[in-house]
Amino acid sequence: MKNTNEATDASHYKYIGTRSIRPDGFEKVTGRANYGADLSLPGMIWGKMLRSPHAHAMIKSIDISKAEALAGVMAVVTYNDFPSVSSEIVATGEGTEDLLDLARNLMADGKVLYHGHAILGVAAISRQIAEQALALIDVEYEVLPAVLDVRDAMAKDAPVLHEKMYTEGLAETPNTASNVASVVELKKGDVDAGFAQADVIVEREFYTPTVHQGYIEPHACTVRYDEHGQSMVWCSTQGHFDVRATTAKLLHMSLSKLKVIASEIGGGFGGKTTVYLEPVALLMSKKSGRPVKMIMDRDEVFKASGPGSATRNWIKIGAKNDGTITAMQGKLHYEAGAFKGSPARLGGMTAFTPYDVENMFVECYDVVVNKPKVAAYRAPGAPQAEYAAEMIVSELAARLAIDPIDFRLQNAAKEGTKTIYGPKLKRVGLVECLEAAKNSPHYQQALKENQGRGVSSGFWFNIGGSSSVTLNMNRDGTGTIVEGSPDIGGSRASMQLMAAETLGIAAESFKTIVADTENIAHNDGTGGSRTTFATGMAVVEAAKDVIRQMKERAASVWNVNVDVIDWVDGVAINVGGSEKLSAAEICATADRTGGQISGQGNINARGAGPSFAVHICDVEVDKETGKVDVVRYTAIQDAGKAIHPSYVEGQYQGGAAQGIGWALNEEYVYNDKGILQNPGFLDYRIPLASDLPMIETVIVEVPNPAHPFGVRGVGESGIIPPLAATAYAVSDAINAPITDLPCSPPNVLAVIQANS
Amino acid sequence: MAKVHVNTTVNGDAVEFLCNPGETLLDILRNDLQLTGTKEGCGSGDCGACSITVDDRLVCSCLVLAVEAEGKKIGTIEGVADKDQLNVIQQKFLEHAALQCGICTPGLIVSVQALLKENPNPTEEQARYYLAGNLCRCTGYDKIIRAVMDAAETMRGAA
Repeated sequence: MKNTNEATDASHYKYIGTRSIRPDGFEKVTGRANYGADLSLPGMIWGKMLRSPHAHAMIKSIDISKAEALAGVMAVVTYNDFPSVSSEIVATGEGTEDLLDLARNLMADGKVLYHGHAILGVAAISRQIAEQALALIDVEYEVLPAVLDVRDAMAKDAPVLHEKMYTEGLAETPNTASNVASVVELKKGDVDAGFAQADVIVEREFYTPTVHQGYIEPHACTVRYDEHGQSMVWCSTQGHFDVRATTAKLLHMSLSKLKVIASEIGGGFGGKTTVYLEPVALLMSKKSGRPVKMIMDRDEVFKASGPGSATRNWIKIGAKNDGTITAMQGKLHYEAGAFKGSPARLGGMTAFTPYDVENMFVECYDVVVNKPKVAAYRAPGAPQAEYAAEMIVSELAARLAIDPIDFRLQNAAKEGTKTIYGPKLKRVGLVECLEAAKNSPHYQQALKENQGRGVSSGFWFNIGGSSSVTLNMNRDGTGTIVEGSPDIGGSRASMQLMAAETLGIAAESFKTIVADTENIAHNDGTGGSRTTFATGMAVVEAAKDVIRQMKERAASVWNVNVDVIDWVDGVAINVGGSEKLSAAEICATADRTGGQISGQGNINARGAGPSFAVHICDVEVDKETGKVDVVRYTAIQDAGKAIHPSYVEGQYQGGAAQGIGWALNEEYVYNDKGILQNPGFLDYRIPLASDLPMIETVIVEVPNPAHPFGVRGVGESGIIPPLAATAYAVSDAINAPITDLPCSPPNVLAVIQANS
Repeated sequence: MAKVHVNTTVNGDAVEFLCNPGETLLDILRNDLQLTGTKEGCGSGDCGACSITVDDRLVCSCLVLAVEAEGKKIGTIEGVADKDQLNVIQQKFLEHAALQCGICTPGLIVSVQALLKENPNPTEEQARYYLAGNLCRCTGYDKIIRAVMDAAETMRGAA
């Protein structure tokens, strides 16, 4: 076992950069922490969804009479039970959605658009009776042909999913409906002129399959509708304020009449940024007058929550013999699933951003198909496009006989590089990551027979957004940090370290709680790698507010001007004299100096710092079977500043593992009728402990000037490089080009055989 | 259908419950005995989040019928710590930051306890294969394996 590298920068901080024990750890290792499925209420009943057995069909009739007659059935809810919904763009998690699409995804409106699409909900006194009731419902379908790939969906005369969807973004508005929701072009310079200067040009089309975030905790909620008071939703979500906003909007409720409590969350990766159950559960609670619990089965999670887009992306890159890239071009096709809104544009914005190249052009197609509506998945849209681009970059380096890291360094984006989406990059750490990769022990190690190596860069923007924090000081000088960002990977620990550093009070003196929607002001969801950056900034603001109040109290006790008070290591000091008052002393006497002390930090954080990552992957390929083993892996990434290095490394390692799974094994398998064949962990194979080596990490720290401690988000960039690093390593080992993921044994064997 | 009366032992406590013949032990633990530390991730024995021991044998409780608990000794995550004193494995999971979201953690800790009982000195590879039935989507397993190896060493030292 190799030790992971320590942070590259020896810091002057006292608390930040230490590996404290997470404050919610005890509950989580003892089973006491409560997740989405763990709340039960007196009188509670159980809800289940009836789901479509077809990928595309008109619903001719629904007969619920036998189900309603079954003893123990308390409520049946269909699309018609929703109050009227009209088309309106609303914010959900990492992006926006059309409210009408959201409603029709919750429950089919006369037409089912994918295998597993919800048709109605039943609530009964037990889960078993709810399931029995589902079996008693007769639905008559008129089955329609399904489209399951962007090629089929864009073919002339393809079956159209939405009769009123006309392609947006074309020069002229088309007069026929299409499965192409939109086309977006991004451009800088002149790619034709750029390719004319190139000595070598490589172009290929790449395929990436539909993949799922694969969080281990299924979607779950317990709700109670209250017509006269306040309704309540307990659920597993990355953003309980977003759950409240969309649910209230769909059910025509005011925000103050709905309280959403975020349970502990058992993984999300972007997939828990929207609603699938909560509004339906509330409608069933309203009908039955009882609290309702809903838990998705695992097959429902695969069939009917939002996976990541399958893509077909064509990339063309040209370079001079001296290694200068002259032009980069792409045509990206992203499956949106059944409703518009794939991250195609984000793919276009990220594909070439690791490169400082004058001429770039990308076309991004958002295409609907008969699969579940996609949701965000860790750096949504970026892994697919950057995979294709990085594969070509590596191939170009090989053709030019230039080391792949040197080739990337020669063309690397840096401060001042103009991006394809407009703004120039501020201070970023790509060059530092590439240099760390080049100097890593891993990169010096020689490969053995049947082994190959791949290198890839990855870029993700990260976001800021709205965060609100209250820091309540207790009478003994300890404090409670009240935040509203669900803790998905140890962020409570980071909040405590940032409060401790700002106040000069030990991290263990704080308790951090994730408050519900009525105990803290609005917070955007945990997404876009924003929590440690933006909510951390709010913690620092709240802590500074506490210091300001403490200094005022000390000044009033000593009867001096507040300007002569210093705050050092949690103690107020009268610069002009010898008096000192600790935080604990000030808090103990707060009632006598003006009341209790509580700091506020409500911000809309700007200046999120992009995080670049560079990964190195070595694989060994069994050429008889096509099986690929990852034999060594190193993840290098710019954290800006690692507040809690263990959880930063954890993000790098977890992102790498998900990306390796995407590269090697994971894919939705549909039959030709659009029926999902592998909705379970046995057949949709995420990496197991026995599939992976230790994942070495290097934390590069190029501080983000916009954050008080230099933080960039670290949650997402790490899933981008593994696709090309792993697939190119396979390509290197078998000496044949890989274009289609996953590199599963049959796919790799087919490439070996086709090239031998 | 008539319910079945079951007498069993859970984490050392004598327990009796009524269940339907088709109910899983996982559902009884979570819904009737309020022991929600055992998690359900798949309901088909693929993810290991519901790992418990039945007469010291490691099983997925979603694949065990509740009636099979009759006369057996059931061990769940709630029985791993000694009151508020964490077991070495739990302590090492915290020290190594071997959990992010924490949903797989109870099942993993029960599995690691079974592993180290069977094999107090596992190699990294043995640990990885023993724990291959416990899916974790957050960590990439690196820190989990470090915690397991450290716990094994500490427990051997204490033995």
